[in-house]
Amino acid sequence: MIAIIDYNLGNIGSVQNIITKVGYESIITNNIDDILRADKLILPGVGSFDNGIINLKSLKLIEPLTKKVLIEKTPILGICLGMQLFCKNSGEGQLPGLNFIDAEVINFNCAPLKIPHMGWNTINIIKKSKLYNHLEINSRFYFVHSYYLNCNDTSDILTTTTYGYDFVSSIERENIFGCQFHPEKSHKYGVQLIKNFIELI
Amino acid sequence: MIKRRIIPCLLINDNILVKTVQFKNPKYVGDPIMAVKIFNDKEVDELIVIDISKNDNINFDLLTKLANQSFMPLTYGGHIKTMEDAKKILNIGFEKICINSVVLENKNIISDFAKAFGSQSVVICINIKKDIFGKHCVYDTKTKKITNLDPCDYAASIEKLGAGEILLQSVDKDGLMKGFDIELITKISKTVSIPIIALGGAGNITDLELALQSGASAAAAGSLFVFYGPHKAVLINYNNNS
Repeated sequence: MIAIIDYNLGNIGSVQNIITKVGYESIITNNIDDILRADKLILPGVGSFDNGIINLKSLKLIEPLTKKVLIEKTPILGICLGMQLFCKNSGEGQLPGLNFIDAEVINFNCAPLKIPHMGWNTINIIKKSKLYNHLEINSRFYFVHSYYLNCNDTSDILTTTTYGYDFVSSIERENIFGCQFHPEKSHKYGVQLIKNFIELI
Repeated sequence: MIKRRIIPCLLINDNILVKTVQFKNPKYVGDPIMAVKIFNDKEVDELIVIDISKNDNINFDLLTKLANQSFMPLTYGGHIKTMEDAKKILNIGFEKICINSVVLENKNIISDFAKAFGSQSVVICINIKKDIFGKHCVYDTKTKKITNLDPCDYAASIEKLGAGEILLQSVDKDGLMKGFDIELITKISKTVSIPIIALGGAGNITDLELALQSGASAAAAGSLFVFYGPHKAVLINYNNNS
């Protein structure tokens, strides 16, 4: 079962819709037992970094999530803020992150371009991954964010995207996957990415 | 590089899809669920749905049906008054909420929404109508009258409160398909640094390009994407490559 973690931040409905479209069942949950039983986890999220951590903490999800991801190595896909929460910390807040990957979240410095980076953009594939199976180079994805990942271990970087300069738009480290863009809002490209995550990872 | 967004804007009036001219005479265009399905199949950049029904309710049932078949960014506007309304809409699968008249009553709602959902989810619609002297004024759809608010000052105050985007709509140009109010777009986009979505008047692709060249971050249109040919036959159309 795929568990979509509901921590009261963001677009949970559309993530479930796209999984249904791909042909699989999923549950939206913040129940610890559900999460511990899941074969795959998705951590979506739209909002601010500290709010994300505070909500995960008050739902007592940090410990079970850490166990699932770092010890049991259950595949997890973080979307947008969900991926940012995997990091050590963020320029957007004061609280420490989940610390699943060696990265920090930093804000865009791309004047005169407008922030947030909002709209459709392409990706440059840095590392070959099953996540991008059948996703040719001119795939486009929908972005809306003001912060992005600064990976200390560059081997975690899956793709970059250009907005003023190149920034990390998706990552992979063992069972940990994350994308800055919103696959659930990226038409057939997003459908393919979610299908890859479910079927190939 | 980032692609400039071209956004169909759909009006809903009591469960049916309509198109107005200068905010009047809503003309039947079709079934909203079918229309959204077609726009989704055509892989539009984004979609804005505005409910202009006279009643005061949010049609959550319809919104759920629209969101369930959409794998693209969705904005909803119409009758949103409270945090609860906004939260429900975002949970259904829309990622942006668009507010307008409620802001004219209480501007602080912008910062409340921005704090709760993030600025990127908060779109403020500003309707502009020219007064008898040809001066741009903020228009109130509720009273159907122009207000004494200056568009630039108003836009700046909205940005300060945490709005993520401005949907800048010209009442005078609505439905005419004779081009955007370029002067207005230029003026407002110089005043604020948040993205402007231009709406009102697009009749062809060149109009959309002009709006983007004038400072808009995105160009939206209603008639252009639902009507076809000189007699305005209803035909949903959108070419993603142009």
